Formats: sequence, C-alpha cells, structure tokens
Amino acid sequence: MKNIIICVKFFILTAILTGLIYPFLITLIGQVAFNNQSNGSMFVYHGRVVGSTLIGQKFDQDKYFWPRPSAVDYNPLPSGGSNLSATSAKLKSDVATREAKLYASGSGLDPHISPAAAFFQVDRIVKARHFDSAQKGEIINLINQLTEGRDFRVLGEKRVNVLKLNASLDDLR
Amino acid sequence: MKTADYLQLILYGLLLISLAPFLGTYMARVFQGKKIFLSPILGWMEELLYKLSGINKDEEMDWKDYTKAVICFNLLGFVFLFVLQLVQKYLPLNPANLANVTWDCAFNTAASFMTNTNWQSYAGETTMSYLTQMLGLTVQNFLSAATGISVFLALTRGLISKSQSSLGNFWVDMVRGLVYILIPLSILLAVALNAQGVVQTLSPYNNVTTLQGGTQTIPLGPAASQIAIKQLGTNGGGFFNANSAHPFENPTPFANFLEMFALLLIPASLVYTFGVMIGNRKHGWLLFSVMFVIFAIGLGLSLWSEYSIPITGIHEGQETRLGTTNSVLWAMATTCASNGSVNAMHSSLTPLAGGVALFNIMLGEIVFGGVGSGMYGMLHMVLLTVFLAGLMVGRTPEYLGKKIERKEVQMVILSILLPGAAILIGAAIACVYPVALSSLSSKGPHGLSEILYAFTSASQNNGSAFAGLNANTVFYNVMLGICMIIGRFGVIIPAMIIAGSLAVKRIAPASAGTFTTDDFLFASLLVGVIIIVGVLTFFPAFSLGPLIEHLLMLQGRVF
Repeated sequence: MKNIIICVKFFILTAILTGLIYPFLITLIGQVAFNNQSNGSMFVYHGRVVGSTLIGQKFDQDKYFWPRPSAVDYNPLPSGGSNLSATSAKLKSDVATREAKLYASGSGLDPHISPAAAFFQVDRIVKARHFDSAQKGEIINLINQLTEGRDFRVLGEKRVNVLKLNASLDDLR
Repeated sequence: MKTADYLQLILYGLLLISLAPFLGTYMARVFQGKKIFLSPILGWMEELLYKLSGINKDEEMDWKDYTKAVICFNLLGFVFLFVLQLVQKYLPLNPANLANVTWDCAFNTAASFMTNTNWQSYAGETTMSYLTQMLGLTVQNFLSAATGISVFLALTRGLISKSQSSLGNFWVDMVRGLVYILIPLSILLAVALNAQGVVQTLSPYNNVTTLQGGTQTIPLGPAASQIAIKQLGTNGGGFFNANSAHPFENPTPFANFLEMFALLLIPASLVYTFGVMIGNRKHGWLLFSVMFVIFAIGLGLSLWSEYSIPITGIHEGQETRLGTTNSVLWAMATTCASNGSVNAMHSSLTPLAGGVALFNIMLGEIVFGGVGSGMYGMLHMVLLTVFLAGLMVGRTPEYLGKKIERKEVQMVILSILLPGAAILIGAAIACVYPVALSSLSSKGPHGLSEILYAFTSASQNNGSAFAGLNANTVFYNVMLGICMIIGRFGVIIPAMIIAGSLAVKRIAPASAGTFTTDDFLFASLLVGVIIIVGVLTFFPAFSLGPLIEHLLMLQGRVF
C-alpha cells in the first residue's frame, strides 16, 4: 500500500514536471528567443502572410515553380507520404504522367525542390509569363541566388525554397 | 554517392564513438549516486521529488519489489493517458477543437507510449490536442525511457551484486534518470531544434491564403519540447503525422543531424555505462563493437540498394533537404534503436533497404537498441551466447563470474520467444482475416511486408511503420496494442527475474578455466548468435516479403 501511494504521488509530480513545466519552459524560451521559428516561420509577402517557408504549398499555375508532388495535395491536415513501394503499379503510372518524372515527398509538404528541378521548369514559366531572354536570365539568377547549400557545407542537400522563389518571381515584373 | 554523403556518415560514426564514453561515464556516476557537475545545480530537484513523493532513497529493493514498482508505475501511466485521450474535448489547450479519441485508438496509443513503442495509428495534427500531446504523450516519452534505463540498471546490479538480493531502488533510478539525464538533455535539444525552426507555441492553427490564392491551414503546437525527448528517449512518436519528415519537426539538415544523433546517443552511451558499472570497460567496448559492426553492415547494404535504383530526382517518400543518405542512415538508426521515428517513408524505401530496417527490428533492437531496453535485450543475447558456448565445451557457463543456469536460460529463451511469437502469430492472423486484409494499400509481396512490419514494429516496441497499412481500425488497434504490451513486459519481467536470480549468486573468482568474454572469439560468437536467432525465427516470413519483392523489382514487375 505504501508503495502504491508513492507510485501515485510520483506519477503526479513527474507528469507536472515533464508534461507542463518542461513544455511551458521551452515555449517561454522559444517565444522570447526564437519567436519567428516558434510560430511557424511564416512568410510575409508585401505585408500579407502567404504561408510558411517550411511548409510546401500548392502551385499548379504554369507561371509558377511547382513543388514536388504531394500525396496529401499540400493539405497539412494531416501530412504524409504516398507510402507506395518500388513495385507499385500506381507509383509507376503516377510518375510517368508527371512532367519532370518527379517523386512525391515523405511529408507531402516538402518546401524545397532541387536546383535541377527548378531549372527544368524555367522554360514553362518563361512561356507562361511571356518573358524575353533577358528576363529568363533573371529567373536563372534567382534560382542561383536562392539555392541553399548544404548546412556547414556537408549536411543535407542543395535545395531551393519554392515559396521564396515564386515570391521573388512575382516581383520580377 | 558523393563525397559529402561519405563525410556525413563518417562524422556521425565518429561523433557517436567519441561522445559515448563521456556520456556513458557520466551516466554511470549518476546511477551510482556519485557527485556530478549538475549535483549543485539540480540536487534540490532530486531531493524535492523524494520528499514530495515520500521516497526513502536508502531503501533497497529486491527483484520482486522492483518489478512491482515498475508495473504499478507503468499501469498508472497507461490508465492516465488512456483516460486523458477519451476526455480531451472537455479539457483546455485544444485550439483545433479536436474530438475525443476513439476507445480503440486511445487504448493503442496508451499501450504504445507506455511501452516506449510510440506506434501511431492516428495523425497527431488531426487527432491529439495540445494538452494530450504535452501532459499525455510527452510525459510517457520521458517515463517510458526512464523505465527502460531502470530495468537495465537492475539487471546490471544483479550481475555485479555479491550474493545479495538488492537491485537498487526503482524510484531513485527514475528520479536520477529524469533529473540528471533526460530532462537536461531534452532542454538543450529542444532549444536547439526550436532555433532551427521546429515550432513551439500554444497558439491555434494558422489559416493562410497562399501566394497562388488558395487556402492552407498550417498546424502548430508545442512540438520542439516533445520532439527532443522523442529522439533522446528512443520513443519516436511524431508530433505530426509525417514524423521527422515533416518540415516543422525536422526543418533543416542540421536539425536532422541533431535528431539523428540524439537517437543513438543514450543507447550507445549506456553500453559504456555498463562497462563502467561492471568494472570492465573492455567488455563494454566489445559489446559496443559488436553493435557497431551489425549496424554498419545493415547500413552499407541499404545504401547500396537505395543508390542502385536508376531514377531521376529525389526518391519517393524522401525530403529534398535531407536526401537519400540521411534518409537511409536515419532508417537504420531508428530501427536498430527502438526509436521508430522516421525522416522518410520506410514503405517507399527499396525492398532491401526496407527489409534491412525490418530485420533490424526483428533482431530485437539490441544493436544499441532502445534506451535501457537495448542493453537488457543485448545482455539476454550475451547470456544465450555464453550458454551455447558452454554447451559446446561441456562446462557450466559463467558470465562475469556468475553461473548461468537453467532459470536464467529459460528466461532468456522466453524473452526471445514472446516477441517472436507475437509477431508471427499476429501477422498470420492478419493474413487470413478479411477485415485485416482490407487495410492493405499494396498488392503483391509488399502487402505482406506491410502486415509483417506492423506486427514486428509493435511487438519489438519500435513504432515505425510501412504506413500504407491503415492501422486505425479496431482490429489493428487492439491486436497491435496487445503485441506492444507482450513485447515490452515479456522482456522486462524475464530480465527482472534473471536479475533477481543472478543477484544472490556468488561471484566465482576468475581462473584459468574461466570463459573469456572479452576477446574476438566471443564477439564473433555473439554476432553469430544474434544473426542466427533472427534468421531462424523470421526467414520464411521475411523471404516472402522484402526478399521476393526485391527479386521481382529486378525483373521490373509491378503490382
């Protein structure tokens, strides 16, 4: 019996410590020190919040760079991948119909594309926006400027943030 | 693979090998009750927890008392989490107005988080309120990890005890594990991840109009605090459905490295802690090497498989910022440890890479393994190896001077058979039960892999999934929940019985006739036993899933 009382008291204390005090402490630190990150790294475009730089959003108009295919159609509620396997007939036919033969991301919300995937789309965008060759050069410059390298030159992969790229693209006009 | 890929792998391995001795020594001091640098800073918290809970820290427990405390405490955590989910709608901190969780999903989740499995049949952002994530799930992330460490400590003390029944005090082990190890490390990691972009807020979900003019609801929440302990405590349950593939859980390659490193840090260090506590660091390093070798072989095979498929761009189910090497390294680390978090969808890995992940879990997650559970699982394999070696030369087997006799071997076998039986019997039932089969999303051998992976992940307390399977049904929630409980306590209770049995034995002084467990021969035997036990138990099922899928993929077959 004595041990059951200890058990109950100890559970209540550890639940308060790790389930309330600890997350509240991290929230406090985060809201003060990393306010932008804590609240979702929102992206403001001409005074309007148009999404999060970390959450991929749907672009399907020809004048924009398109993100990687998404198994959840870029709806974050809930996130997720296709979970299709290498021997899936559906995966094979899905990919075959895609312009750049791209594969869907794990989260369905991948905010990035590879620089190669960005360059691949330039011609379509130039055509849709009726850009001349000088403006095409500007798009290519944009991709180069916005390409993020590997973290500390070694971790991860080179990538371009699609939302930032498209926002800059809209500013080109 | 490029140079940067190799560099990332080497960096990961080197950091693990070089930091494990420091944290391992530190943890040994913590659990031996010695002074550490955090004692002056956090000592008051330790004392306060003793005082308020009524714990007498000098009280010693034998295996029965210790086991009773483990079970009582876990049961309480289970009931609390179960009830919390059932009533979350009526409680505060639920800005998305999420409904109460269904009973079967709540049962599954409570079993899952109590057993350190963190299998998730639900999607966090559309199922769990902020309060449930914090006060329910985050709490069990801490407590299940601390429980694992405690059981490992009890078993270790049983091995070094000189004819006494005491295995330490469960409450003291829990307090010290939380106050000096899990909480401080979690705070550091949570702040670092938060700075990288992991969200940490109690504000409601954010509705935005996108650049193109569509609408998108962006879920938020107190994620960084949960993700830190999810990685450190080999829990693995994501705040969001896509787990660490989700950019809010794993926003940058640096965050990815931190999370991936946190995943193996404590399990790898505990191997060293074991070496310190038994007074034989060399043996600690031997176990570490055995684990590292098995880990490296699986990693090599998976990388080869992933990089051998000819496709353009980034693979299905992987994230652009992380790339294939990090996805495979994480997949190997998370299945060797009983973590189960993912940064890429395992179901979309190549059949061989997914198969290695599955096989890692089948081995019982003893290659570093879960926090605490990896080491007590590994010690079971060590005892089995010692026993088999004893049979080969016809002598009573000994480990660290303690005779290994019938009772210990029976318990070891029990702890190997129970999860294995839960996997194979559970998967067999699912394979013939039409309701269970309707959850499948894949045809052909991958469908079998989905079922096999689910029961393996649950029974070995991993938590990752071939997530094409719709597991949020009454059948899978209940079956997998039961498997998780069998897999956890079917190993913990035998471990505690072994600890109790070994504790009262005398330590035979080393002599010329003593088995050496510190040499290459023993290490090779141990690797052999681990692989053979895994292969013998699972090869038939394994060959019908990942193996045959690999061969069919090479022929270009699709289903």
